[in-house]
Amino acid sequence: MEPAALAKLLQAASGDRPVMLQVGSHIMFAQSHIPGSVFAGPGSQSSGLHLVETKVASTPRSKLIVIYCGCCPWDRCPNIGPVYKRLRELGFTNVKALYLADNFGNDWVAKGYPTDKGE
Amino acid sequence: MRRGINDSPRLRSCSRTAAARLFFVIAGLFVASLICPPPLRAGAPVNSLVGKEAPRFVRTDLAGRKIDLKAYRGKVVLLNFWATWCAPCKVELPHFAGWQKQYGPQGLEIIAVSMDDDVTPVRATVRKLELNFPAVMGDEKIGSQYGGVLGLPVTYLIDRDGIIRQRLEGETDLGELESTVVKLLAGK
Repeated sequence: MEPAALAKLLQAASGDRPVMLQVGSHIMFAQSHIPGSVFAGPGSQSSGLHLVETKVASTPRSKLIVIYCGCCPWDRCPNIGPVYKRLRELGFTNVKALYLADNFGNDWVAKGYPTDKGE
Repeated sequence: MRRGINDSPRLRSCSRTAAARLFFVIAGLFVASLICPPPLRAGAPVNSLVGKEAPRFVRTDLAGRKIDLKAYRGKVVLLNFWATWCAPCKVELPHFAGWQKQYGPQGLEIIAVSMDDDVTPVRATVRKLELNFPAVMGDEKIGSQYGGVLGLPVTYLIDRDGIIRQRLEGETDLGELESTVVKLLAGK
């Protein structure tokens, strides 16, 4: 999913927002994250995958789940792939990965899309 | 009396019309900026630190030594933000270890700031890569001090006066970075 598409979705959605999971490091999340998203990482570690499972435990299997990281360039991100795979294994049918080509700073924050910081 | 080209009534009229149009455009932009202010951005990455004094931090490194950036005045500092899960970071770090050995006697000091949440993999990586420079654990505070570290790796080059001379983000051209380090060591 392209950042512009998610930003548009968030702007339009009043009630039925997607579940958004940040699957990178908590330090990154605390500095800046998408409003409404929750920390569920890092996906490259078993503790992170366990946290993902906890966060989606009561989520309907057809619900749109958007996962994002942006710790590194897209093709070098170690977190997105394992989380996507795990969510699919858990039976979620509408999982999308936010395409942050470079990193979260350049592809989301610097473009002026909404952000929040803190826990 | 001859009238200059710019004094012709038609041109004077045109000038007045153009000035009026310009006035309305500027006024329109001003009003638009009041109605639609730019969005607030938490933790936006900035390059505005270049040319400014490097934000001071005091940390304890993994070996238990106190690392106070202020104590590094007189040295050229390569401040590298990295993480154990960041592949490009792990490509750079062994090169930095080589530079520390090669350029350390000339005044280069490298400090690695890990943006990992947990220290255990950091210790293992520092040991495995045989890093010969201090590694400290980072957090959101130091990230914000340095303009938001929202993607890795990020490297700052700080001159002998403590001024940030360059900010590099992502996979770095190591040859170019080394050239800049050499120039800074030479006081250029």
